[in-house]
Amino acid sequence: MENQTALFQYCLRLADSNLILSHRLSEWCGHGPILEEDIALINIALDFIGHGTALLQYAALVEGKGRSEDDLAYMRNEREYRNALLVEQPNGDYAKTIARQFLFDTFQYHFYQALQNSKDETLAALAAKALKEITYHLRHSSQWVLRMGDGTDESHSRIQTAFDDLWMFTGDLFDMDTTDETLLKQGIAVDLAPVKEKWQTQVSEVLQQATLKIPDQTFMQGGSRDGRHTEHLGYLLAEMQYLPRTYPGAKW
Amino acid sequence: MKETQWPLWEIFIQANPGIPHKHVGSLHAPDAEMALQNARDVYTRRKEGISIWAVESKNIVASAPEDVGSFFDPANDKVYRHPTFYKVPEGVKYL
Amino acid sequence: MQTEKDNKQAEFDFQAKIDKGDKIEPKDWMPERYRNQLVRMMSQHAHSEIVGMLPEGNWITRAPSLRRKAILLAKVQDEAGHGMYLYSAAETLGVDRTEMLKQLHTGKAKYSSIFNYPTLTWADIGAIGWLVDGAAIMNQTALAKGSYGPYSRAMVRICKEESFHNRQGYEIMCSLSFGTSEQKQMAQDAFNRWWWPAIMMLGPSDDNSPNSDELMRWKVKMESSDSIRRRFIDRTVPQAEFIGLTVPDPHMKFNKETGHYEHGPINWEEFFNVIKGNGPCNKERVKARNEADKNGRWVREAAEAYAEKHKKN
Repeated sequence: MENQTALFQYCLRLADSNLILSHRLSEWCGHGPILEEDIALINIALDFIGHGTALLQYAALVEGKGRSEDDLAYMRNEREYRNALLVEQPNGDYAKTIARQFLFDTFQYHFYQALQNSKDETLAALAAKALKEITYHLRHSSQWVLRMGDGTDESHSRIQTAFDDLWMFTGDLFDMDTTDETLLKQGIAVDLAPVKEKWQTQVSEVLQQATLKIPDQTFMQGGSRDGRHTEHLGYLLAEMQYLPRTYPGAKW
Repeated sequence: MKETQWPLWEIFIQANPGIPHKHVGSLHAPDAEMALQNARDVYTRRKEGISIWAVESKNIVASAPEDVGSFFDPANDKVYRHPTFYKVPEGVKYL
Repeated sequence: MQTEKDNKQAEFDFQAKIDKGDKIEPKDWMPERYRNQLVRMMSQHAHSEIVGMLPEGNWITRAPSLRRKAILLAKVQDEAGHGMYLYSAAETLGVDRTEMLKQLHTGKAKYSSIFNYPTLTWADIGAIGWLVDGAAIMNQTALAKGSYGPYSRAMVRICKEESFHNRQGYEIMCSLSFGTSEQKQMAQDAFNRWWWPAIMMLGPSDDNSPNSDELMRWKVKMESSDSIRRRFIDRTVPQAEFIGLTVPDPHMKFNKETGHYEHGPINWEEFFNVIKGNGPCNKERVKARNEADKNGRWVREAAEAYAEKHKKN
């Protein structure tokens, strides 16, 4: 695989997960469990969209075909999106939103720790900046996992169900393909095997502290690396992309 | 079941190093950790601070408006507490 | 026991303090009516911010560019924040948020009539920022000078933060007005639908507000609705003309002698109908707030139970 193509794909992968998760979080806007949480969730959504936008700008630059970050966000279809399967899963109840967030925050935290040392200076700089935000996201979602797990019977059962339901989408976060191999050789990409180990350790610790069980499901869904998603992404993109696609060429 | 409410916390923000924390408002939070997080999200959205104090509102003791006379008037005639009370000969520095 | 004479004296001192320009603070003596008016105003204002998140929140997932999306998210977040500042100011008078929310959820408390109109196209997001926030800012700038300390401080902060809301709305309208013919049409349509509700949201005409005198004397209300409305129109009409939009009022004309615009008759019947609950979205808005509250209950209880278990003594 050509280096440039690999780097482009890699940027899209990182950007898309941020963008899609931001979309999901913003769906909560005005409907959160308490005003303080509405504000917290929007903060996190804003961080994700900011970071996603920066990554798409870089992807556009790497591609060098004159596309903008908006072209990449609004004019790619379902099969061209590279976000993790986990982040496109619907919000469900607040437990599912928090479980999804915690699983992804933990991944991002360890992933970006490593990406800070990337030989690609832009990615390294973006990672260092994002890491400060991610540290806070992880604090927020971990605290909620603890409160739900070790809160009431109802919250315990809701968050346990959420982890059980989402678990099979976590393997996809760590799948590596030729993109990773090409960039690993250059010292640009992150080796996902050690990230996975750290992720497992931390998730186990927090779940245990929250009196929750690690789901025993071992079968994992994959596919995001080739743009094979769950059915949910199509609806999400239809909503997100409707204006620019209805009025091609319009400026907003 | 009765609808309960998370306790109220008063939030104080220090805007820059070296200056005092200033009261900015209140919020509801179930415990101290969440109070800090919520304060960060609610009251520092525009980089307003570098440090946050959160105090549960019920723990704040306040003087009453009726006390204003007995508490603060006596200080009125203690001008000797203020540096401008003292005459210093012209030309003397560093006082 | 307080005698009537004491009360008279207290009220006299209270008024003297206000006339002097001092602020009234939570623990100060205040007439019951003053307290009640403020609780009513602040909670209505807070509810308006929270309900106001819904019509705009509608469009976050459909915003047409990443930049617009981030701006809208930040704006709606500010509204949540402003709702918090205002609930927090109202709580200084001893009424708690749960109680205020209960009144919103049961339909007892009012909020700004404007949020009972639907956001049908993207241009509505521009129109809201430009017109609704524009009108709100004028009202709030006046309120920032009000006599109740916590309310006035919250208003100062809110005004400071809201200045970008108005601008981003006008910027959207500019892009649309100078865009394709379809976009321009979208902008004019939104303007047509939001103009009158924005004019009306500043409140009924002065001769129709029974408590106006007392509220002005107490500096709870700082300026008459008609006077704020006139300033809003004077500033907004030229802004509309600048981007080629037509004010949907055939009677609108500039009076050279007074230096003000004169508008046609306002349909107050529509206004009072919307207030009474007959606006296009009243039911949906209140239902959305009720559901958020109901669905969030187990979350709030979980955090409470956890705090109880992990209490440090």
